[in-house]
Amino acid sequence: MSTMAVPDVAVAPVDEGFWTRSRKVGLTLLALGLLAAVLFGALATDQQARFTLSDDAAGAALEINGTIGAILFGIIAIAAGAALLAGVPKRWFLPVLGVGLVGFVLSFLCWQVSAAPTGQNFMPLVNIIRGTFILALPLIFGALAGVLCERSGVVNVAIEGQLLMGAFSGALFGSISGSVWVGLVAAAVGGAFISLLLAVFAIRYLVDQVVIGIVLNLLAVGVTGFLYERLMQTDAEQYNSAPRFSNWEIPLLKDIPVLGPALFRGNIFLYVGLLLVLVIHIGLFRTRWGLRTRSVGEHPTAADTLGVKVLRVRYRNVLLAGVVAGIGGASYTLALYSFTKNMIGGKGFIALAALIFGRWNPTGALLAALFFGFADQLATYLSAINSSIPSQFLAMLPYLATILAVAGLVGRVRAPAADGKPYIKG
Amino acid sequence: MTNPNPQSGSPDKEPASEAQAAQNALGNTERASTTTAPKPSEPEPKPSLGRLFLDNLWAANTFTVTLLSLVLAVVVGAVLMIISDPDVLHTYSYITARPSDAFSASWTLVSEAYANLFKGSVFDPEAFAGWLNGSNGWQAVLAPISETLTYAAPLVFTGLAVALAFRGGLFNIGAQGQATIGVILAALAGFLLPLPPGLHLLVAVLAGALGGALWGFIPGILKARAGAHEVINTIMLNYVATYFLTWLIVQNGVQDPKRTDAISKAVDTSAQLPRLLGDNLRVHAGILLAVLATWAVAWLLNRSTLGFELRAVGANPDAARTAGISVTRTYILIMVFSGILAGLGGSNMVLGSTASALTPLVVAQIGFDGILVALLGRVKPWGVLLAALLFGALQAGGNRMQSYSGISLELVTVLQALIVIFIAAPALVKAIFQLRAARAARLQTSLAKGW
Repeated sequence: MSTMAVPDVAVAPVDEGFWTRSRKVGLTLLALGLLAAVLFGALATDQQARFTLSDDAAGAALEINGTIGAILFGIIAIAAGAALLAGVPKRWFLPVLGVGLVGFVLSFLCWQVSAAPTGQNFMPLVNIIRGTFILALPLIFGALAGVLCERSGVVNVAIEGQLLMGAFSGALFGSISGSVWVGLVAAAVGGAFISLLLAVFAIRYLVDQVVIGIVLNLLAVGVTGFLYERLMQTDAEQYNSAPRFSNWEIPLLKDIPVLGPALFRGNIFLYVGLLLVLVIHIGLFRTRWGLRTRSVGEHPTAADTLGVKVLRVRYRNVLLAGVVAGIGGASYTLALYSFTKNMIGGKGFIALAALIFGRWNPTGALLAALFFGFADQLATYLSAINSSIPSQFLAMLPYLATILAVAGLVGRVRAPAADGKPYIKG
Repeated sequence: MTNPNPQSGSPDKEPASEAQAAQNALGNTERASTTTAPKPSEPEPKPSLGRLFLDNLWAANTFTVTLLSLVLAVVVGAVLMIISDPDVLHTYSYITARPSDAFSASWTLVSEAYANLFKGSVFDPEAFAGWLNGSNGWQAVLAPISETLTYAAPLVFTGLAVALAFRGGLFNIGAQGQATIGVILAALAGFLLPLPPGLHLLVAVLAGALGGALWGFIPGILKARAGAHEVINTIMLNYVATYFLTWLIVQNGVQDPKRTDAISKAVDTSAQLPRLLGDNLRVHAGILLAVLATWAVAWLLNRSTLGFELRAVGANPDAARTAGISVTRTYILIMVFSGILAGLGGSNMVLGSTASALTPLVVAQIGFDGILVALLGRVKPWGVLLAALLFGALQAGGNRMQSYSGISLELVTVLQALIVIFIAAPALVKAIFQLRAARAARLQTSLAKGW
């Protein structure tokens, strides 16, 4: 039991011959580019598509004729696809793919913005970027919680529950004490509480980790919903009116055009979240703690042989994950909204998707979370300009992207080898 | 990625005796004849029957663990009720001075809540007395049972869906999505197709099954062909299905033309499952279908070639492949069958008495509850049926508890989650109650692996 063969992926034969993964992706991108250039180009209008560098229609803007823009960016996507199809060096794969996808998105935006009702042919970039980060924030915290847990070999499906419990206890204790800081600590403790249950049942009692994660989510929904109805609904004044962190402007940085107003006039959670990505990335790949965490997640037996306390590392990481996710939950109740039943509403699962999409890597998770946040923000924006694209389909995007990712279309997604497997010494 | 080692995730050494214990405990007779024959662990000097019974009663067998898990969940639920009631909590502030106040207040609160839970799900003595003296009809006496069966029926299907996949080594978290697509197709067939009664119902039910099958096929083929983990894909597909439902409801031809909110046209009466006990009671033919499905799944698993292959793949895919079983084909079939069951559960939600039109929340939580039901039922078909009845009872009783005692329905969710948590960790229950360590009955979750 304690010897763990690296799971076979023989089910998915690695592409050999002409049709390498890079070429398949290239072909897909080529098709997308064609779609963009032809369809989006045809549907776009002659209106100028304006991307304003502010909160509204005013101020400087990047402008392009809708039809021309849609076709031009479509052609960029085609070119990137063709380059991949022709074969590019391996290290160029990701940049070229990135350029192609951005081209596709821009082509799409040119169509949408130019086809918007007259007077609304603009996209306020500051708004979009800020919204993207706000919507991505719980995903970032959640995905980081997943990274901490799963890198040490414990599957964390309970992110949703950790976020929810964090949001709830942040709101409850923040309201009772009247202090944001007490609320923040309580939120961290709340998240850690769910984590503790996860750790005890997964590590001590060897319960299947996916099963216990799912059940803990339900438990968190039940407990917070129950206490919400009993306490917060009957006496919202006392129990559900937590103080909120105000926005902090960072000197100098706040004056950067576009990015300044979008990013550096946010609340503490935004800064903490971004900082945590950096800290966890460095910690994971540059410190002793990180090495131990990764060794326990990849090959616990080997780590144990070298004197690493496998179970202790796992307990510690799972609890840390709960603290991170709990703070993420508080980014709702101590900054934006008051608590409502089941307010996380599936964000924990998108965070899980971001974790997988970001290949169990903090930076990757950040990028994935931002991508998902952007999709979310785009859905809001498009419904505001009466787009013909139903917002539900944009909302599906993160999930579909993740399915494609794990199916091997966007690259090999490999979990830590011992992820989900309990370690029994001896 | 699959893990070739079937023992990982569970230190079980004696799956045979464990299965036996589970079956005996649940009164499961489906394989009684085959399981009584090989019994290597039987002690030589045969103790008396009574002695054996007492020994087993306090041993950590499946039945005892299940029962004690229920007790533990009920106790934790009671604690939650007490700490969330300011009036009762107040009596605890002077508990050293007058402890009787605190205890009697707590007892009144908790006992009334649980009494309502029972009255709403099983038997209400007042309604019985009313029937005897003629103040209400017999329907009122059967109403609690009717409610329980109504809530249980879809859970049987989704529970079976999850359990079937479990036995084949797959963790189908997607019963929710499969039920969602099932409910969509069943409803569309229910109000778009002009068919005669009988045939219409059959077509609608089959449409639901087809929808589930389709939504199960996708993760199945991704697992089989690309090695993509089914847990991830089914989670993702759940959300895709939900968004598709919310989009579809407001489309022309689907949305109820008389309404502006998100609700579809109602299913024709010719496509609705007939009610079993008259129009006043909600219990409908869905529960009969559920029992039929339980029997079918039990037969499939234990008697058919496919069932054998499925269990073989679930136990050890590599060995199964060596033995000439097509693992790829089996994975796809498992997910399709699982999807069919979940889809049937979905069609129950719109063709039965729960709802007759699509709304964003029409499938409720049956897919996720199905996971709990499958685990509680020890991934055995008849066990799933019993577990679904228990969950249905909690749901039905929870409604009464909410309206009579003012205890939020969420408490039922808490109870359900707690029961399964305790069941999943028999070692914990054993430690709490100091059970004898005989025949440790572990949950069969060694089947689900990491990513």
